[in-house]
Amino acid sequence: MEPEQYEIMHHLNALNDFVVRFANVNGTGSASANTMFAKAIFRMGIPVSPKNIFPSNIQGLPTWYEVRISEKGYLGRREGIDIMVSVNPQSMPKDIASVKPNGYFIYDSTKELHKEFIRDDIHYLGVPMMQMCMDKFADPRQRQLLKNMVYVGALAALIDIEIPVLQEIITLQFKNKEKLIEANFQALEMGAAYVREHYQCPLGLRLERRDKVGDWIMIDGNTACGLGAIYAGATVAAWYPITPSTSLVQAFEKYAKKLRVDPATGHNKFAVIQAEDELAAIGVVIGAAWNGARSFTATSGPGVSLMSEFLGLAYFAEIPTVLVDVQRGGPSTGMPTRTQQSDILSAAYASHGDTKQVLIFPSTPAECFDHMAEAFDLAERLQTPVLVMTDLDLGMNDNMSPPLKWDDSRVYDRGKVLDEAQLEQVEKFGRYLDVDNDGICYRTIPGTHPTKGSFFTRGTSRDEYAAYTEDGAAYVRNVDRLLHKWETAKAYVPAPEFYQDEKQSAIGIIFFGTTTYAALEAVDMLKEQGVVLDAMRVKAFPFNDQVREFVDVHDRVFIIEQNRDAQFRSLIINELDLRPSKIASVLNYDGFPITAETICNQIMESLIGKLSPAFVVHEAAPPSQSDVEE
Amino acid sequence: MTFVRPVFRHPDLPKNKLGYTRKYYEGALSTLCAGCGHDSVSGAIIQACFEMAIEPHKVAKLSGIGCSSKTPAYFLSNSHGFNSVHGRMPSVATGANLANRDLMYIGVSGDGDSASIGIGQFVHAIRRNLNVTYIIMNNGCYGLTKGQDSATADVGSINKSGSANMYQAIDMAGLALELGASFVARSFSGDKEQMIPLIKAAMSHPGFSLIDIVSPCVTFNNNKGSTKSYDYTREHIEATAAVDFVPFMPEITTQYAEGDSISVPLHDGSLVHLNKLAHDWDPLDRHSAMNRLYEAKSSGEILTGLIFIDVDAPELHGILKTVEKPLNRLNKDELCPGEQVLQTINAGFR
Repeated sequence: MEPEQYEIMHHLNALNDFVVRFANVNGTGSASANTMFAKAIFRMGIPVSPKNIFPSNIQGLPTWYEVRISEKGYLGRREGIDIMVSVNPQSMPKDIASVKPNGYFIYDSTKELHKEFIRDDIHYLGVPMMQMCMDKFADPRQRQLLKNMVYVGALAALIDIEIPVLQEIITLQFKNKEKLIEANFQALEMGAAYVREHYQCPLGLRLERRDKVGDWIMIDGNTACGLGAIYAGATVAAWYPITPSTSLVQAFEKYAKKLRVDPATGHNKFAVIQAEDELAAIGVVIGAAWNGARSFTATSGPGVSLMSEFLGLAYFAEIPTVLVDVQRGGPSTGMPTRTQQSDILSAAYASHGDTKQVLIFPSTPAECFDHMAEAFDLAERLQTPVLVMTDLDLGMNDNMSPPLKWDDSRVYDRGKVLDEAQLEQVEKFGRYLDVDNDGICYRTIPGTHPTKGSFFTRGTSRDEYAAYTEDGAAYVRNVDRLLHKWETAKAYVPAPEFYQDEKQSAIGIIFFGTTTYAALEAVDMLKEQGVVLDAMRVKAFPFNDQVREFVDVHDRVFIIEQNRDAQFRSLIINELDLRPSKIASVLNYDGFPITAETICNQIMESLIGKLSPAFVVHEAAPPSQSDVEE
Repeated sequence: MTFVRPVFRHPDLPKNKLGYTRKYYEGALSTLCAGCGHDSVSGAIIQACFEMAIEPHKVAKLSGIGCSSKTPAYFLSNSHGFNSVHGRMPSVATGANLANRDLMYIGVSGDGDSASIGIGQFVHAIRRNLNVTYIIMNNGCYGLTKGQDSATADVGSINKSGSANMYQAIDMAGLALELGASFVARSFSGDKEQMIPLIKAAMSHPGFSLIDIVSPCVTFNNNKGSTKSYDYTREHIEATAAVDFVPFMPEITTQYAEGDSISVPLHDGSLVHLNKLAHDWDPLDRHSAMNRLYEAKSSGEILTGLIFIDVDAPELHGILKTVEKPLNRLNKDELCPGEQVLQTINAGFR
């Protein structure tokens, strides 16, 4: 497009395909209204993908909520803001700058916009939100909260959200609080009526009911992981609060209190320990697992660093351990409220000495649920830590997802554990005897048998009978067996997913976790440009043979990941002994979920040496904290 | 190594009521230095378990890292043991205990393990009143790394290389009292008569039972000028009371003289009988116990014996209201809500 085409008052036209961003002040109740907005669109059968862009702050700093609406079902982030709803004067200059040319800027016109904020290539839609609330409602806190509902009402009229759908959500949200429901209805109607009276409604950007969401649900990955742990029979959870994982164990506890209380006694069939630190959290998990209970912890990068010593013990002493790493921006405290996939290497090789840890990479909440249950089976089957690697984007945002499913005939795989009767048959129990020649030995749980099966668990080297030894040969036998077990693990971990029936291109892309949404959209976008790619989603580490084959049959492979150092690329090159020049990277590490445009640009740049004009987007700098703090 | 133990045992060794001899409660041969206090503590644990007729497989023994933490290998070989990570035994014991409330847990630690690297975990295990017998084999130094001062070494105590410790000592019994521990005792590895009943009482107490045992390091901290040597400890020891432990029996026949003595009934029906030696001290009163401890300290004495006991404090499972059945024995039917419930949950997310 040529710049002269951006004549003033051109209008954007799109049906069920645009991005709305809300600029709010943290702690003003906007989250609830914004969620209702997204949910209403979802209930109109239109795929929607909301993302919270929030500060490390409880009250006062700017926070954003970005909603992508995509009839085609693309759930990744998209560049460019079509509609900005601005209710935060603090971040206003930046918010105005980030609107696409011809886009819309909805603002609280209680106060007049400063002249220097006026851009001549976007539409300004003022709504006197605060004034209307002042006139209508008496309570100051209520005024502030209902202001949020006023802009939702305005948006409803502007982009055709069905008001009854919003009312239904409000009614459900404030169940049995008639006064609140009434006030929210009023605020909603006020906003809608104002824009109907003052502006042409609807805009060129609008919604129309569809039937594109089926039986899907909207749920955050942390809740899905917590539910997965409930269904998998976890009884002990230990954790230390850390963003963005905090809500995971809280979800587990919330559902446990509903679903795991013995009705006869009121006693709990679970125990949650908020530990003094991450070191203790993982210690509790390991102690419980050693003693035969399914247990887990959830943390983020800094926690993984602290837990690494214990993860080495669990690897070496072979104790089933489940850990969820909800990754955030590192290193150090990094960007604690932004997303990254930057713990890949620190998790894969967590702890000193020769260690390798099993990783699983879910992409959707449904997979969070499934993989969580899978992680417990795997950990016990393999007698080793299993790290479920999610991230802030998946963990804390409401993601559209297939419904969670549980097969009631499913049996927990507790792995090789000898009970009393089996021990009776054993002549001499050896905890580290590789009886089945798969690297996985038989373990016993304390208290099982009076005279057989006891052993001393230790992080020091030992022989097959768990006796301490510094004999080099015994040590080598043991660590080589652990490697043998690692090979065995390849058959147990989730296999990669392919998005084509057979090879169709010399170029392949590999991705994992939350990069999936944007990667699949990028494949479609590039196809339209005549660039066909084969795609593989890796779901676990260790990498099995299918992963190697995919790399082998392609001339060039791009690995898409959300960190600076291409950690996944390093891991795969190292583990599969690949030729580095064959593997290129697509990287995104600014803390925002990767977009399809970023992927397309980096791949095209790499393939033809320059940016493809097809993917040039309006350069909207993402909001940054420092801009508003100055 | 301490000694070469004969394999032969006299056939007429006394048996406890389970029919086991003391040998059944022994462990592997100790690899600690000859004369190490820790071996005496191991011996006391063996004797206490034998006399109480404990089923060894119903005991889990846990430790951190260090000389002391090696000892669980030297007692109760029919119990599962877990030699974990330096300073982290309390968290592992917490998890283990949560998984199975029916076992008895013995945690063994040292002064480096509990007073330095693991002090955070020590503190928080006490706060939770974890049901564990927590034994600190306290020698004021790091033995395995050849004698550096630890955080329990007294100011001015001279170590083997001749230098005086410059920093304040952490009193683990005092700290435990301050933190609300429900059972606090101190003993001396050279005083078996006192250690054995204390260990029995600690094992019977449902909650965090600390026994801080001065256990001299013969190799690195038994020199003149050390306040954790055998000689110094013997010279400065003071006992709160002569302790006797009476296990639960249908009919308790033991008689005690009236006077300056006190019997504390534990919840399992056993009795801790204290023949008080210290004046102005009430083991059921935390204030009084703290006063007594600090008085002894300020007069340069090492106060031993049971210092404080609170038999009514709820232990961790009581606080968390967990079910009676051990969590590790709950099966899928008891834990998994099933597909139908999940469908309802799904509906809430539409």
